[in-house]
Amino acid sequence: MSTPTLKIENLHVAIEGKEIVKGFNLEINGGEIHAVMGPNGTGKSTLASALMGHPKYEITEGTVLFEGQDLLEMEVDERARAGLFLAMQYPSEISGVTNADFLRTAINARREEGDEIPLMKFIKTLDKKMETLDMGEEFAQRYLNEGFSGGEKKRNEILQLMMLEPKLAVLDEIDSGLDIDALKVVAKGVNEMRSPHFGCLIITHYQRMLNYIKPDKVHVMMQGRIVKSGGPELAERLEAEGYDGLKKELGIEDETVNQEA
Amino acid sequence: MATEIQGANYDANYIAEFSKRRNEPEWFTDLRKKGLELSESLPMPQPEKTRIVGWNFTEFEHEVDYTPITSPEDLPQHVSRLVGQGEQSGNLLVLQNGKNAYTQLSEDLKNKGVIFTDLETALREHGDLVKKYYFTEAADYDTDRLTALHAALVNSGVFLYVPKNVEVDVPLQALSWQENPNAGLISHTIIVADQGSSVTYVENFLSDKKDGRAVANIIAEIYVGDNAKVQFGAVDNLAKDVTAYVNRRGYVGRHGQLEWALGQMNDGNTLSETYTALVGEGAVTNTKAVSIGNGEQKQNFTNHIKHFGKYTESDMLIHGVQREGASAIFNGVTKIEHGASKSDGEQTQRVLMLSSDARGDANPILLIDEDDVVAGHAASVGRIDPVQLYYLMSRGISEHEAERLVIHGFLEPVVSQLPVEGVKQQLVEVIEGKVK
Ligand SMILES: Nc1ncnc2c1ncn2[C@@H]1O[C@H](COP(=O)(O)OP(=O)(O)O)[C@@H](O)[C@H]1O
Ligand SMILES: [Mg+2]
Repeated sequence: MSTPTLKIENLHVAIEGKEIVKGFNLEINGGEIHAVMGPNGTGKSTLASALMGHPKYEITEGTVLFEGQDLLEMEVDERARAGLFLAMQYPSEISGVTNADFLRTAINARREEGDEIPLMKFIKTLDKKMETLDMGEEFAQRYLNEGFSGGEKKRNEILQLMMLEPKLAVLDEIDSGLDIDALKVVAKGVNEMRSPHFGCLIITHYQRMLNYIKPDKVHVMMQGRIVKSGGPELAERLEAEGYDGLKKELGIEDETVNQEA
Repeated sequence: MATEIQGANYDANYIAEFSKRRNEPEWFTDLRKKGLELSESLPMPQPEKTRIVGWNFTEFEHEVDYTPITSPEDLPQHVSRLVGQGEQSGNLLVLQNGKNAYTQLSEDLKNKGVIFTDLETALREHGDLVKKYYFTEAADYDTDRLTALHAALVNSGVFLYVPKNVEVDVPLQALSWQENPNAGLISHTIIVADQGSSVTYVENFLSDKKDGRAVANIIAEIYVGDNAKVQFGAVDNLAKDVTAYVNRRGYVGRHGQLEWALGQMNDGNTLSETYTALVGEGAVTNTKAVSIGNGEQKQNFTNHIKHFGKYTESDMLIHGVQREGASAIFNGVTKIEHGASKSDGEQTQRVLMLSSDARGDANPILLIDEDDVVAGHAASVGRIDPVQLYYLMSRGISEHEAERLVIHGFLEPVVSQLPVEGVKQQLVEVIEGKVK
């Protein structure tokens, strides 16, 4: 058996001294698409941020291997260059830096000095991906995420995903705040990436995203760990019953979680 | 000959000799002598919030030996990259160690009566004109010890005169290049835009990166006549061991316009004041300035505008980046004098600090002695946002490269608005060199 793309074992993550992720396990192989679903506040974004190496999140226990390498030992930029990508729930805004300059810098960071991507080739690729995502040309010259609407930011995350072609993408609530048409566009972008060499971890609160990007596996996260795993049918069940049904079945009581899926 | 000028040991004989060798007019020699006298009694300038005790403003070699270049092609790359290209080129004055090395002014401009030469030549050929503007309305030599020292020892400079109603539509550039790391450059720029004329002037001060103990004492006087317009651009890039005193002063007449575009990119300790007097009714000034502090560099930037005339307008936009252990104070002073009714003065100063050792402070000062005016200020000082860096790095960009992007982004709103295209390009290059 080949080495899994991502292997998370007994991961514990704390923020400001408070443990949020408590013993998380997950393995993603090759081109698999996994979905992690769970109520708000259960630690999904904390997991994603910890994988990417966000400075505020502290790993207190556990291991993460990325293609067999110790991911937690790497700097944020090294993780990205190794092939990890995180579409963030709340992307930063960088004033004065155009989307195009930023993307070109990111692409060239993966290439040797002297082997930078030719400008024309970059522009052609960018134009094509922006067209797929229904993004107007002006987005190339706008400052990175500055003044972007919620939906525009999400598209811009997917644009980066498509331009950088990672081996594994974590999409954190990429569907939130999108209307159905925008959701379809974003799903089209992700589906274009599907290949045996592209794994994906879709983090979502709602099942609807999974109608457009079919997952191989679905995991339910509660109280900082996976409490149930299954196939796409698990997502459908959550859609029908909400998280409460599952909580009852598993005997989970959680005062902070009381939202319907 | 290399003369060591130390503390108060300036010698009246030396100054007389120096002046004589340059065939200077008597009034000018007299000013030197007065300056020398005053430099012994006047106090040092006292910049707000920066201690300049211990900064070397007085020890340097006043005259140095060197091999003069014969054409701009002889300039080393770090100098020639600042020579304007394309439409920028053509009208150029190169000063090598303070001395005129190369001048080019188009026949067209000569025929229109434009004078563009070094101060030494101008004193010989247009003495009366220089006398009318040298330390008269825009600057005073008896302000403090450094202005007096300047008058005593001035050894370089530029004179640009644009006659009445002449509109110069190509930029003129003066490039002052210091090779000797122990030299004292005492440079005086005079720009006169007579009534109804317009001109764009760009000056560059730069020096070779060598260890030493050098000084630059730079004064510029800009006279903007009634209905005249001057765009004044500068990219300063003096090396680490050069202590710089930079004092640029504008005097603006009725409905005159003075636009400052400054890239203050020295690597050594710098004390800078840019002052504009809006004297005539309806006079307008606009300042855009960016700076980057590196290493252990200490800098003090004062931008000072005084509104005297009615209906005068000023606007300043200052962005400064402080890296490593650098520190800088940014003073923005907008003064609206009694009688300057219907005037409008606005200022914005922003400072971004890249490291925990960097220091930056912005002091907006509004002094209003007139009721019927509009004035406003904004100032911010902040450290780089670690979450922004994380975001950029999460795309594979190294920390250093991410910082570089954030710095460019921070300076961009000023750089993109610089009125002189040539300055913009030069500046981008110099910024790149500083944050590489
Ligand atoms: N920056 C932070 N400071 C303090 N607590 C935080 C911070 N970020 C998240 N949390 C807390 O961590 C818990 C999990 O949050 P999060 O991972 O964002 O959940 P999810 O993405 O599943 O909605 C929540 O209780 C939240 O309040
Ligand atoms: Mg979340």
